[in-house]
Amino acid sequence: MNVRHWTRDLGMGVRFAFAGGREGWVRVLLTGVGVGLGVALLLLTTALPNALNARSGREAARSDINYGSEEIPKGDDTLLLAASGTTFRDKDIRGRDVQPEGPKAPLPPGVEKLPAVGEMVVSPALEKLLGSDEGKLLRERLPQQIVGTIGDSGLIGPAELTFYRGGEGLAAQLDSGGVVRIEKFGNQDSSSDPLDPVLLLLILVVFVVLLMPVGVFIAAAVRFGGERRDRRLAALRLVGSDSRMTKRVAAGEALAGAALGLLFGTGFFLLGREIAGSLELFDVSVFPSYLNPSPALALLVAVVVPAAGVVVTLFALRRVVIEPLGVVRTAKPARRRLWWRLLLPLAGLAMLYPMFGQGRDDGDFNQYLVVGGVMLLLVGVTVLLPWIVETVVARLGSGGIAWQLAVRRLQLSSGTAARMVNGIAVAVAGAIALQMLFTGIDDDYTRPTGKDVTRAQMQVNVPDGVPLAQSAAKFRDTDGVRGVYAYDEAYVSEKPMDAELSSQVTVGDCAALREVTRLPSCRDGDVFAVQGAEDDANTETLAKPGGTVYFDSGYTDGPETTPLAWTLPPTVKKAQARVDMTGWKRGGLMVTPKALPAGTVPGMNGQIYLSLDESVPDVRDLVRNTAATIDPVNEPMTWSSTARSERYDSIRTGLFVGAACVLALIGASLLVSQLEQLRERKKLLSSLVAFGTRRRTLSLSVLWQTAIPVAIGLLLASVVGLTLGAVLLRMSDAPITVDWASVATMAGSGAAVVLAVTLLSLPPLLRLMRPDGLRTE
Amino acid sequence: MCTVLPMSIGHTLLGLLESGPRHGYDLKRAFDEKFGHDRPLHYGQVYSTMSRLLKNGLVEVDGIEPGGGPERKRYAITEAGITDVQRWLATPEKPEPYLQSTLYTKVVLALLTHRNAADILDTQRSEHLRMMRILTDRKRKGDLADQLICDHALFHLEADLRWLELTAARLHKLAEAVTR
Amino acid sequence: MTPAGSLLVATGLRKAYGPTTALDGAEFSIHPGEVVAVMGPSGSGKSTLLHCLAGIVPPDSGSILYNGREMARMSDAERSQLRRSEFGFVFQFGQLVPELTCVENVALPLRLSGTNRKEAEQAALSWMERLEVDDLRKKRPGEVSGGQGQRVAVARSLVTNPCVLFADEPTGALDSLNGERVMELLTEAARSTNAAVVLVTHEARVAAYSDREIVVRDGKSRDMERVV
Repeated sequence: MNVRHWTRDLGMGVRFAFAGGREGWVRVLLTGVGVGLGVALLLLTTALPNALNARSGREAARSDINYGSEEIPKGDDTLLLAASGTTFRDKDIRGRDVQPEGPKAPLPPGVEKLPAVGEMVVSPALEKLLGSDEGKLLRERLPQQIVGTIGDSGLIGPAELTFYRGGEGLAAQLDSGGVVRIEKFGNQDSSSDPLDPVLLLLILVVFVVLLMPVGVFIAAAVRFGGERRDRRLAALRLVGSDSRMTKRVAAGEALAGAALGLLFGTGFFLLGREIAGSLELFDVSVFPSYLNPSPALALLVAVVVPAAGVVVTLFALRRVVIEPLGVVRTAKPARRRLWWRLLLPLAGLAMLYPMFGQGRDDGDFNQYLVVGGVMLLLVGVTVLLPWIVETVVARLGSGGIAWQLAVRRLQLSSGTAARMVNGIAVAVAGAIALQMLFTGIDDDYTRPTGKDVTRAQMQVNVPDGVPLAQSAAKFRDTDGVRGVYAYDEAYVSEKPMDAELSSQVTVGDCAALREVTRLPSCRDGDVFAVQGAEDDANTETLAKPGGTVYFDSGYTDGPETTPLAWTLPPTVKKAQARVDMTGWKRGGLMVTPKALPAGTVPGMNGQIYLSLDESVPDVRDLVRNTAATIDPVNEPMTWSSTARSERYDSIRTGLFVGAACVLALIGASLLVSQLEQLRERKKLLSSLVAFGTRRRTLSLSVLWQTAIPVAIGLLLASVVGLTLGAVLLRMSDAPITVDWASVATMAGSGAAVVLAVTLLSLPPLLRLMRPDGLRTE
Repeated sequence: MCTVLPMSIGHTLLGLLESGPRHGYDLKRAFDEKFGHDRPLHYGQVYSTMSRLLKNGLVEVDGIEPGGGPERKRYAITEAGITDVQRWLATPEKPEPYLQSTLYTKVVLALLTHRNAADILDTQRSEHLRMMRILTDRKRKGDLADQLICDHALFHLEADLRWLELTAARLHKLAEAVTR
Repeated sequence: MTPAGSLLVATGLRKAYGPTTALDGAEFSIHPGEVVAVMGPSGSGKSTLLHCLAGIVPPDSGSILYNGREMARMSDAERSQLRRSEFGFVFQFGQLVPELTCVENVALPLRLSGTNRKEAEQAALSWMERLEVDDLRKKRPGEVSGGQGQRVAVARSLVTNPCVLFADEPTGALDSLNGERVMELLTEAARSTNAAVVLVTHEARVAAYSDREIVVRDGKSRDMERVV
């Protein structure tokens, strides 16, 4: 056996791969597309770090946060800037009001000229949105003249919605926060905070979980058309090639398929890259130019995929003896042994064990151990599954004729069946584990806000100097606003300029006050002292009827104000605290407007809570439009019952996107092997139909044939997934809780793939069952 | 073995006459060319056969060329002669070994006279099958010796039939060859 | 022109697969208990005739009367039902389900018409005994010889006590000894149940087991009995 033999046999295999007539082409094409999809996904993965870097690079380049501690003095090269981003429907829009303080004021990246007052420059996506019918509502909020678009260098993605708007009078708000003065965009020393070890664990596991099924898929793809190939090899043996030669020829065929797959994969990837530019997934869009795989990783893919194809093929041929007159699968394959199959997952557990209980406080996880352990556990699924399928199927009892046909077929070739569902099992096991990890550490990353979204759904902060009642009236006139609860909030203290003994004051009309406290009776002019509130020790002392207290803005950084004395009325009624819409028991004094002293009350802060009529379309955007007329840089808050850490969100998003891709991929490979199997049974199917077998019976048997191994696979996947999830939770020191809903969701989506595959293979099945199949000529 | 058995020489010559009157010598030449391959017909055989056919009214003398001698007589087929050929062609041969030459003659004649040769084959097959059914039945009811004897006959009959099928499949080619 | 007492009569059958005409006005009739051989060169339309007669393939035109019922007017489900309960089938190969054991294969038609497993397999076994293959009951089709497999197939075709048995080259893949034995058993069993047999074959020795033959050539049929 020398190099010449090798090249000759491999070359012959390559030729066979392409020279099989129409049938052969279809097979090579299937393999190519299958491997190609896998390769594209791998390339995408290798490109992801680059894409993320590119995104964060651009983000840093346009950063306008002044990290320096010292104040930048006003100059002819400074710019005043206020964050004026807004939300339209569920999309965030990044926005800045800019006001140059001199001719040399810095320009943000991608912007050629700063917009003047009444003008703005927008991203292409925002321009499109504003010009469209659905963007009309937003255009009301952003009525400024569009004088230019922001170039790519100023955007982190093609679908990003962002604008710079000419601002005025920003200097006045410089002290109250919200407005910053900068002399340049971007920050050089952007040392991003290191990833939380638990988050890192999550990311590592997500990658392993997503890439494992891709591997399984590629392994399955190079085996498309295996039986036909075996027969061809048998013909080769007949004309005198030895068994080693046939194996080399087989390797050559696999190589050809894998190479074609690489080609296709590169094509798919380039295509996908372009599509990615016009696509927005979960609010994330990327420029095609971001998606550049790192050369080393791409090279690794180019080497590993064909090599894996050859190895898998040779491994599959291990049990097959190709004789000149046909293929002999070692008649009764040796019963599958359990012990070494159990060894893999156990080894995986052993690798993860040392990291138990480390949590996020005890430093880093060993990345290699984590990846190795998780991989071994998941590979454990793929090696355990054939054994379990074989064992279970051998014990399946009698049933209807469709069931009998399916079970008997599975008993004869349980290995094929197990291979088919391996990908799904691994994906589901991994996904369940991740879901558990997510929900398990939910408490840390998802904090309940305590807000009662049944009572109010939006909150508006009324800026200083704008009368509350006037704003409230504007909101009352807004379509879709059902209730407006407006409060002025301030603090009173016993002595002027003394924060020692102080209490909160909430000013509002009777209806509004009843929302936050229990009042016995109420008339304008009343003052109430609240009892039974949280963290409220001073009200009792302060709320003396006829006593004097001082309104004070002493805490704020704003301009100094003179404290205002206020004499309490002769009767201060008692009120009981109740949980308000923000989720806490408000204490202090409840004051109706007439009871307040005349004049401007210092330190007064207006808050308006809105209850909305959800049946009015875009009600939130109507509210935002109203709010923009009150204060363009102040965005109303939309309430939700929980708030999530954003980084955690993006990992979750990544998992969902990946899982969707992987399941689709596996579904495709299931479909291909299903169709191949059906085509090989064409004659049998039509003869069964000839003697009157109902189509329903055969369809049902096809369903069982997939459903049984998938059910077993999903069961095993659930067990392994839950184990892995529990282990990962132990590692991050979180309490072990099982989120059955997510287990059901994952298992359900696996089952949905099977159902889809069966449904899609029904039309060809029905076509194959046509009696034409009986014709021999 | 490729000669026409004596009993069917008359029918063969009659068939050859169907395409037009011929001299005795022409008849011999045509016969030799199409059927006589390794054993040409004796002139005496032609003479005696033709006089038998003449006597039975199946042929008539179409003309005599000057110079005398039997070879100068030109024969033509009569209506009765055509009917006789037709009957002969339509009647299957009794299934027995070594029939090919007769069957072959029949097929070629049918082609020459633009009759349906496939019909001849179908009729013959039917006759063979009738015989084979009898043998098969006897075989089923008989002992081993019967079975072996019947099988021998069956295989021979089958061989005939296979040859018939093959000929049928080649009728088109054969028609081209003989009418050229 | 329907021969009196016929079980299955077809007249004027036409069937084309795309541009190729498989049947061009074929006729056929068979009585109960009769064995009719359908002969003819390959590609002549023999198998198509059988498929049409059995209601597997609907003819483009023409009529097929089974027991006086017009098959063309039956729905696909009705024809399937007919095939399940009243017809039996033997093909040249590719008909036994490789995953099922022999006895399960034979029991299959009964189970398709709703007989329970135990009963079906009992009936199957008695037919396998008649065809001398009862010792193969636990074996799978891949483990038995061609002749044995064909006998299993014949047992399966008879297990429902069909009124018509359709056999398409039933001995095509067998040597002469096995072929004859299968034919003997098949015709014997059919006669004993008074089943009509439509036997498509190109072999004379197989056709010799028939009562009469029909020749199909270029899509046209020829009933040799009526010609002679």
